[in-house]
Amino acid sequence: MSLLHKNTSAVSEAVFKEQRQLRKERLLASPGLIIGFAGFAVILALALLVPALSDTDPNAMVVIDRLKPPSGEHLLGTDEFGRDLFVRLMYGARVSLWGGGCVAVFSCVLGVIAGIYASYFKILDHILMRICDGLIAIPGILLAIALIAALGTSSWNVIAALTIVYTPSVARTVRASAMVIREQPYVEAAKVQGFTNFRILWKLILPGVISQLTVQASFVFAQAIISEASLSFLGAGVPAPAASWGNMLQASKLIFSKAPLTMICPGAAVILCVLSLNLLGDGLRDFMDPRTKGGAKK
Amino acid sequence: MLAYIAKRILSLIPVLFVVSCVVFLVVYLIPGGPAAALLGMEAPPEQIEALNTELGFNRPFLVQYADWFAGIFKGDWGDSYFLHQSVLEAIAEYFMPTLSLAVLAQIIAVILSVPLGILAAYRRGTALDLAAVSVSLLGAALPGFLLSMFLMLFFCVYHQWFPVAGYVGLGAGLGEHLKYLFLPALSLGIVQAAYITRMTRASLLETLYKNYIRTARSKGLKEGRVVMRYALKNAAPAILTAVGQSFGSLITGTIVTETLFNIPGIGMLTMGAINRRDVFVIQGVVLFVTLLYVLVNLIVDILYGFVDPRLQPGRK
Repeated sequence: MSLLHKNTSAVSEAVFKEQRQLRKERLLASPGLIIGFAGFAVILALALLVPALSDTDPNAMVVIDRLKPPSGEHLLGTDEFGRDLFVRLMYGARVSLWGGGCVAVFSCVLGVIAGIYASYFKILDHILMRICDGLIAIPGILLAIALIAALGTSSWNVIAALTIVYTPSVARTVRASAMVIREQPYVEAAKVQGFTNFRILWKLILPGVISQLTVQASFVFAQAIISEASLSFLGAGVPAPAASWGNMLQASKLIFSKAPLTMICPGAAVILCVLSLNLLGDGLRDFMDPRTKGGAKK
Repeated sequence: MLAYIAKRILSLIPVLFVVSCVVFLVVYLIPGGPAAALLGMEAPPEQIEALNTELGFNRPFLVQYADWFAGIFKGDWGDSYFLHQSVLEAIAEYFMPTLSLAVLAQIIAVILSVPLGILAAYRRGTALDLAAVSVSLLGAALPGFLLSMFLMLFFCVYHQWFPVAGYVGLGAGLGEHLKYLFLPALSLGIVQAAYITRMTRASLLETLYKNYIRTARSKGLKEGRVVMRYALKNAAPAILTAVGQSFGSLITGTIVTETLFNIPGIGMLTMGAINRRDVFVIQGVVLFVTLLYVLVNLIVDILYGFVDPRLQPGRK
């Protein structure tokens, strides 16, 4: 008995080792995942560290320093109110990342609850999926605009509106992968053993949808950043004078022909951040998909 | 075919019902009622109360909904409080520039993306493919209005090749019309093209390795014919779907981009309505654009049935 036990543990050790090796190879073979992760990490680090790095107030207006070109004092120059562009860019990252992160977390939580229950209870499935179909039929930004117009502009309302916009697609993805797991023999076995529905849903089905959910979360995060920028551009986003990338772009609308940096900087920040998150999402999807070996899927 | 179309239309009923509920609730749930939004925070409560009563907001929920719903069919979409015209009139007045811009952008997107997607799939793994994939990744990270700003800086400010902003209707001649619309349409088209290129490439990659392609090649058909007639035709439904689905992002992109170029379209109407919290106009715009989006996807679905006869019921 003990010999058998020893043997199986040696075998399983070998299997685990091979799996780890494979995983390492797959990770190294997908440059997108690494670049995306690194890019996002840099932006996040700058956003978190800016209060420690600089004591310039992002909203302090210095009228005589209006629209100054880049210099030692102001790394990227100043905007139309003499506010330091670089500092505002970093504080803008805080607002945009916080907003996008909240939307990603909230819509994933709500999407998981809706998706998991919909996959398990038929009547609920019909109701929830019809609601999702209806919400998806309304173009995202417009739905957000309508909700913000009703609720009034504030950063929390922007987050709430975008959460409502992105929850249905998360719910659909979660439901689709939960439907597959529901049919697995171990779920059947748990049912036969008399597990409660609650326990089956959260202990057996939830772990199976987590990988899909992570991928979805990074895409929602990226989309939310673009949407926040678009909403701010229309005047329905985070209220001024708070610096967000969208606000900075909106403010530069009238002056960017004279001071291109006021547009190029926040614009580049949006593109870099969204690109990193998209690469991260694509990379995660390929990494978690067991069918791709060594990132060969293009 | 008729049965297929009827089935598609019937399946829209629950979707449209949910849409109508959401759009109605947007105004119903405003704290203090629609009058509080229209008159602003500083308005005296009696005045808000009076306007709410006038707008019929004090009636029971279901009565209001039924009334509003019936109004939608009768062409009564409410009135703009600030424009002194009905919401439908306002939408009709501002719609043409938006339609013009969206159609032009979609044409540019298809011209750019379908050949690029085909080439990328056909020359899979080459530098060309890599370039196409990278560009479409970049395009997915780029909101249309941002690309517009970059293009504006380059084409209008550094080289005065195009007018900076503004709009001239079709009445002033097609050339003049296109001159003003070209830049916004190009930037929206490029962003759209990024998505459609990706989908074209992916669906063509799937068909290019099918057995019937190998058969077509082995019986000596020319490569061009194999790709265009055999592979592309089978990849077409997925490409069509991508075009239809991206219409939603195209129209919202149009709305945001218009405000940058001062094009008097639905976007300008919406931005003005946001600033004044003209909630009925916003409600109308959301409903109108959603109906348009649903209609476009219905047309795509029906085209899909023509392209792929297997989908029609009764034909196997």
